[in-house]
Amino acid sequence: MNLDYHALAPEIIVAVTILVVLSLDLSLPTRLKWVVAVVGVIGLMAATVPVLTLAFGDDVGPRVMLGGTYVVDDFALVFKGVFLAAGYIVLLMSVSYIESDRYYMGEYYVLMLVSILGSVIMASSRDLITLFVGLELVTGPLFLLAGWRKGDSKSNESALKFFILGVLSTAILLYGMSFLYGLTGSVKFDDIRAASGALADNGAFQMAILFTLIGFAFKVSAVPFHAWAPDTYEGAPTPVTAYLSVSSKAAGFVGLLLLTYLAFPQVTDVWGPAMWILAAASMTLGNLVALRQHNIVRMLAYSSIAQGGFILVPFAAAAANNNAILPDAFSATVVYMVIYAFMNLGAFAFVIAATAKTGSGEINSFAGMGSYAPGLGLVGAVFFLSLAGVPPMAGWFAKFVMFQAVLSAQSGWVTALAVIAVLNAVIAFVYYARIAKVMWMDPVAPGAASLVSRPAPVSASLGLAIALSLIFVMVAGVLPQIAAFFGEASKALASGL
Amino acid sequence: MSWFDNGWGLSLVVFLPALGAMVLFGIPKAQETAHKWTALLFTGVSMVMSIIIAATFEYGSAEQFQFGTKLSWIPAIGSNYTVGVDGISLPLLVLSTVITVLAIIYSWNNWEEPHNPKAFLALMMILATGMNGTFVALDLVLFFIFFELVLLPMYFMIGIWGDKSERTLPVFNKVVENRLYASLKFFLFTLFGSAFMLLGFLGLYFRSGEVGAGANTFDIPTLIDLGSNNAFGSGTFAFLVFGAMFLGFAVKVPMWPLHTWLPDAHTAAPTVGSVLLAAVMLKLGSYAFIRISIPILPDMAKQWAPAIGILAVIGIIYGSLACLAQTDIKRLIAFSSVGHMGFVMLGIATMTDIGINAAIIGMVAHGIITGLLFFLAGSMSHRYHTREIARLGGNQKLMPWMGGVLAFTAMASLGLPGLAGFWGEFMALLASYSPLGGLDLTLFRTLMVLGAIGTVLTAGYMLWLLQRVNLGEPKSEWEGREFHDIDVFEWLAWAPLIVATVAIGVFPNIVFGATRDAVVNLVQNAFGG
Repeated sequence: MNLDYHALAPEIIVAVTILVVLSLDLSLPTRLKWVVAVVGVIGLMAATVPVLTLAFGDDVGPRVMLGGTYVVDDFALVFKGVFLAAGYIVLLMSVSYIESDRYYMGEYYVLMLVSILGSVIMASSRDLITLFVGLELVTGPLFLLAGWRKGDSKSNESALKFFILGVLSTAILLYGMSFLYGLTGSVKFDDIRAASGALADNGAFQMAILFTLIGFAFKVSAVPFHAWAPDTYEGAPTPVTAYLSVSSKAAGFVGLLLLTYLAFPQVTDVWGPAMWILAAASMTLGNLVALRQHNIVRMLAYSSIAQGGFILVPFAAAAANNNAILPDAFSATVVYMVIYAFMNLGAFAFVIAATAKTGSGEINSFAGMGSYAPGLGLVGAVFFLSLAGVPPMAGWFAKFVMFQAVLSAQSGWVTALAVIAVLNAVIAFVYYARIAKVMWMDPVAPGAASLVSRPAPVSASLGLAIALSLIFVMVAGVLPQIAAFFGEASKALASGL
Repeated sequence: MSWFDNGWGLSLVVFLPALGAMVLFGIPKAQETAHKWTALLFTGVSMVMSIIIAATFEYGSAEQFQFGTKLSWIPAIGSNYTVGVDGISLPLLVLSTVITVLAIIYSWNNWEEPHNPKAFLALMMILATGMNGTFVALDLVLFFIFFELVLLPMYFMIGIWGDKSERTLPVFNKVVENRLYASLKFFLFTLFGSAFMLLGFLGLYFRSGEVGAGANTFDIPTLIDLGSNNAFGSGTFAFLVFGAMFLGFAVKVPMWPLHTWLPDAHTAAPTVGSVLLAAVMLKLGSYAFIRISIPILPDMAKQWAPAIGILAVIGIIYGSLACLAQTDIKRLIAFSSVGHMGFVMLGIATMTDIGINAAIIGMVAHGIITGLLFFLAGSMSHRYHTREIARLGGNQKLMPWMGGVLAFTAMASLGLPGLAGFWGEFMALLASYSPLGGLDLTLFRTLMVLGAIGTVLTAGYMLWLLQRVNLGEPKSEWEGREFHDIDVFEWLAWAPLIVATVAIGVFPNIVFGATRDAVVNLVQNAFGG
């Protein structure tokens, strides 16, 4: 067995951090438990170092290991970087949030780090088994984390719904994968791709493809497989929700990207129309239901369903036009994911700060925040309007590359999807702008007079989480090449298939 | 000063206001004087630079883009930071920087509730960057960004400082404040249009490589070159692209029947917001027709010209008739904008150099005159605490100077010869007598007659407005009240506009000198001969 330890360094560092955090939590007295969080955060920072050296060091091409089932290439590095950065921001958001709950400090970080490790592994997986193990490593800890506030019945409901539907989707996924293996004789994506041409008309093969995609559709909460998301998001601790809506979702998209582009590019007829329907339904339903939400986290849940729909749009485009635009569509999805990750994390960090200030998750409780907490109001407006895709925040570029990929397909059906996406972008603005409107245009609610004098409860770590997201959203909005770079770097994976 | 000529000058004109907005964030909220001076400094330098550009502009080659640069911006999607001014954009750029400075001077001691000059000035300066940028952008993506950048500041300006009276929404049966209704309506209309506009831009991009540009490009000069060979043809593709861009631009102008956001937004906006909306932001749409639609898709422009002309004339007549029915002075001025922009679009629809020159001078004149009208309406409603025309009257006696300026501006607005408003209307009608060869002569001459009727209606509602507001005896409710006539900040803000109205009226060459060659060249490239 020939292992490239440089290439595996990120995984190794995260794994070691998990062990250190676990043993520190056992040995430290209660008053020093905060060290656990610091170690976790430092561990994630350390893990990004090898990602950077691998990405910008000597160019030796993809580092292939374990018989081609585990590959560290630019695509893997891009997503490892995103997962580590997102995990880092989520941990920063968690520190003060978990402290205020006062229990299970260490376990929280261990579970979160395990989930991050899973996502880092997924980015490198090039066969069904590694992909599946990585995915379960991502999801398993989240079942526990969603139910973290065990005294809260909503949190319990959240965990239970997530668990039941999560297990169901896993079963469907595994069922599909078993057929894939049975029909193609291999679990490696390359082999499946090679065998897929001959199997294109095989009904069982087509079913297997759809089953695996449905399994991942649950993970990315695409309509109609989204039902778990709003309740789970609302009940889970907010940093966990942020993680669910960004990293866990991105992990699902990594799975979709790998399967559709690496394993099934020969059979776009099968998954293209399915993706079209998923994208259109997710955008439309997510947006329309989000319009009616009163709770900020539920609104963000439906918003993230709709954003997932936008991310799915390039998949539908990729399937058209004889695969000529596979790399562009691939790049569009990656760029959208990266930008979405930062703006959604920022939005959740804002929600944590704002709900701590007003003591309520109701959108109307934020009324007049612009007058008594202008900084927070400004930050919130930036993140939500970025999600709406308004320049100069980074969200516009995500939508732009999505439209670019779609129109480059030059196909009527796909252009129709672009029109649906345009209409949805306009609808989405209404509920995103509503947050800005409530904060800046509505008067302070009568009962909230006491809030005005209350000091801002934004802790240093939460402030750092907000600042990091804010910097990315603003800089990438003005200089989008920063975001485009991730797409450019990773799209080599999809070319020449 | 080669650095100045090679893009730095133009870039500073565009980005100084935004930079100033960032500086404002760093100044504590209580130091209002510091905010005002910072805002004035950054926009003032931006204005001075735009005037230096106008002074050193090579008018002999006005058809070329000058002071420009081209830097790599987003290589991944083939978009560059390309800027430059030619004779068409130069007058509009200067208009935009000057109006911004005047708006800041006007608001010096005149902040609408809920006060907060820091936020208001910051928004105004971001808005300025968007407006200036739109006029100099020579890359479709860059253009799109600047075009969209103006939305957010204006949304907040209307929504926060706007009109707090209430209205009942028809379908939802819900009572909302006008400012909230108007700001959202404004944003949704424009967003809807510009999203389709973006699809149109992308369509051009993906076709440009196939039809001769080598690689796909967003570069406007390159696309114009392609357009002059009619590279995009007149098939379904060109039709759809033109239609998509038309939606985006026509909402912004606004053309009937996409105008309904305008009366609400202009009426609900704070005074300075209305001024900036009317004076500069409406021009972004009509400018885009001249800069992008016509030269890149000339054949399609010719096909669409009758439709554009008809909609323009409907806008003229409809706007004027609507004005006659208004009881709110601000709403009346807002509807008058629909009519005036109708003349601009009629000029564009003729596709001749006279018509397009008329459109540009019409834009500049409308910017100056309607900007002034909105300033006046704001100052008057600030003093009378009402915008009801029926409650005003005898203004001339209560505030002689205010009345005088209002009379002057109303005359300019109805197109009195010798004042700036005359040229745009007159030449647009002249051009529709002999539109571009191949366009339906009967149709355009009918449009000319209808447009001429529109000028009569315009004179009608403007004079009626003057009669009701300025003349007669003051209403009994104002008896014994003292009104402060025009104060020094108002004079500072208005005097340049009054001077410009007369100057352009007497020497239209101030504008034509820049636009003439550029427009002739544009028409020749697009339609030959």
